[in-house]
Amino acid sequence: MNLLVKNGRVVDPARKMDIVTDILIRDGKIRSIGKIDNADVPKFDATGFVVAPGFFDIHVHLREPGTEEAETIATGGAAAVAGGFVAVAAMPNTKPPNDNPSITAYICAEARRASPALVFPIGAITKEQKGETLAEIGEMVEAGIAGISDDGKPVMDGRLFRRALEYAQLFDLPVIQHCEDLNLSRGGVMNEGAMSTRLGLKGMPAAAEDTMVSRDLILAEMTGGKYHVAHLSTRRAVEMVRAAKAQGMKITAEVTPHHFTLTDAAVSEYDTNAKMNPPLRTQDDVNALHAGVTDGTIDVIASDHAPHHVNLKMLEFDRAPFGITGLETAVGLALTQLKLSLSRAIELFSLNPQKIMRVQKWGIFEGSDAHLTILDPGRQWKFDVTRSRSKSRNSPFDGWQLKGKAVGTIVGGRVVYEDRN
Amino acid sequence: MKRKDLLGIQDLTREEILEILDTAETLQEISTRPIKKVPTLRGKTVINLFFEASTRTRTSFEIAGKRLSADVVNVTASTSSVSKGETLIDTARTLDAMAADCVVIRHSSSGAPHTIARMTKARVVNAGDGSHEHPTQALLDALTIRQRKGKLDGLKVAIVGDIAHSRVARSNAHLLTKWGSHVWLCSAPTLMPVGSDGLTENREFLHRTTSMEAALDGADVIMMLRVQFERMDESFFPSVREYFRYYGLTRAKVERARPEAIIMHPGPMNRGVEIATDVADGPYSVILDQVSAGVAVRMAILFLMLGGQSS
Repeated sequence: MNLLVKNGRVVDPARKMDIVTDILIRDGKIRSIGKIDNADVPKFDATGFVVAPGFFDIHVHLREPGTEEAETIATGGAAAVAGGFVAVAAMPNTKPPNDNPSITAYICAEARRASPALVFPIGAITKEQKGETLAEIGEMVEAGIAGISDDGKPVMDGRLFRRALEYAQLFDLPVIQHCEDLNLSRGGVMNEGAMSTRLGLKGMPAAAEDTMVSRDLILAEMTGGKYHVAHLSTRRAVEMVRAAKAQGMKITAEVTPHHFTLTDAAVSEYDTNAKMNPPLRTQDDVNALHAGVTDGTIDVIASDHAPHHVNLKMLEFDRAPFGITGLETAVGLALTQLKLSLSRAIELFSLNPQKIMRVQKWGIFEGSDAHLTILDPGRQWKFDVTRSRSKSRNSPFDGWQLKGKAVGTIVGGRVVYEDRN
Repeated sequence: MKRKDLLGIQDLTREEILEILDTAETLQEISTRPIKKVPTLRGKTVINLFFEASTRTRTSFEIAGKRLSADVVNVTASTSSVSKGETLIDTARTLDAMAADCVVIRHSSSGAPHTIARMTKARVVNAGDGSHEHPTQALLDALTIRQRKGKLDGLKVAIVGDIAHSRVARSNAHLLTKWGSHVWLCSAPTLMPVGSDGLTENREFLHRTTSMEAALDGADVIMMLRVQFERMDESFFPSVREYFRYYGLTRAKVERARPEAIIMHPGPMNRGVEIATDVADGPYSVILDQVSAGVAVRMAILFLMLGGQSS
């Protein structure tokens, strides 16, 4: 694929690059960077826009195989590029779960066939995500996984999780944990606090997350494993990660846009699109997450895109499944809600996700795969869920006015998404 | 009644509550007549949609509707399509399509009536949703208290028992603190929900204690709650024997309250668990008055919702 990206503000913090210039792409790779006029290739006019290393959402549920009525690799990939993501990492809780190389291979093959975005599967830590025995991690690495996680089913057995942290080092794989002590949170459907008490809904205490983060940090220190905390949602968890990093531990953490944007007040009308896990917490937690993003405690913004068919979200609040879609709103919410410098935003959405996951790195340098995200940081836009590329509609952000948007997504030199307004 | 639905006490104003109580008082007399029926709601259809077992609330609504000549239809979860996998919303829309005027709903999921109310033209009355609210219970309790104590303000009301799972406690706390009565929520620490100090708008009238003695000292009203074993999926207290020791209402404990204190229970009672039989059947008990008040309050609500004007 050949393309000339003209006259954009090219920003790559990894190379301390911030200049208005052109990028010439040939055969899917960046050939040269600089003023280029006479190239016989298609042009993408990026005048007034920011050209960044392609964004990577490392926490996404594509639902295929098994729940194609909610999302497919094709539709999830389309939603990803519409949100400015050139790549996603797909969580293994498919049906059957991605706990073996044939499922991994299927996801990779289907992604190549049908997804405009790159898809990096995440393998299960344990067979069938049951938390009993290790899955064939090495075999899945050979088939293409970029990390391991049991996601929504955290590994409760401390000994087994220790072994996972040890074994994954063989492949430099991140071990991603959804931190939740399932005994403490059992039966809960929202954050435990004044709001859950008022609404009469069973609460999930912050302690369910905090105690798991605490245990995991001790095991990560003990093993030296490559540990990544998924979707931080509590103040104390942020503080523990900050302290661990201050001690020099090589751990990483992510936050979702909904956790830094909404509080449990969003549940007040029993809106099932405000039901997610971890649950929406309090304003104090939101403030702590903002601080964590600012001071570097939090490395990554990931959407935890979790599509569900409307039939399931129409149920009673305590029966509806957890999760919301997020690929198309993540960048807009981050740029609207957080006080981010451009270079910090690019770290959170591209550089750090690439560092954490086991993937071939890209950036704005000659020879790199040409994966680019084109941003208009000033674009005012309104999210309309009825026009979402996702197959599902379960977003609490329908109708939200946002500032800042991806207006172009380029994968391997191919323009897979363009929004000229 | 201006609002379409009656979903909870939290959002009601004092004026709205008084309208219901005053109307209930005027309707109470009907139930004492030899012919306990007036034609007021003839031609109106009331559907009791009960997803959760209930005898007294369902019967109370049914009698209330029938005394006003409404056509009352009972739908219980076991006989409706719900067990066949139909969603809550489909069930509600189906009943709506049959031109029900009012749907009275009881559901084990908090917020279920709110979901139905958004989807139906029929007016919705919450007859108890999960651990959230039970507004008609709080209204009938208020009517009972007002008739016994002559007022709703300046009282000390002890609500004792399984606060965590109780929609009755929540609705009563909302209602009584609106009048500036002091509500004392009393339970074992394990059954006192996190953040319950912020349950009501008027926080200065809401108190929490784990000491039954502190709750009962000088109380005007003692409201005992049923221990909801069916909602307990974990160990909240070691045994019924131990529960009764600390939170069961005995005659000795009643002595701490004011001499003219009244004892209430929303029913059904677990005798010997939260209340001793001699207290339940004793002279201070107004438990059966509550039941009678329940019919009057539900008549008032149906009357106000289905076209009646308060006098």
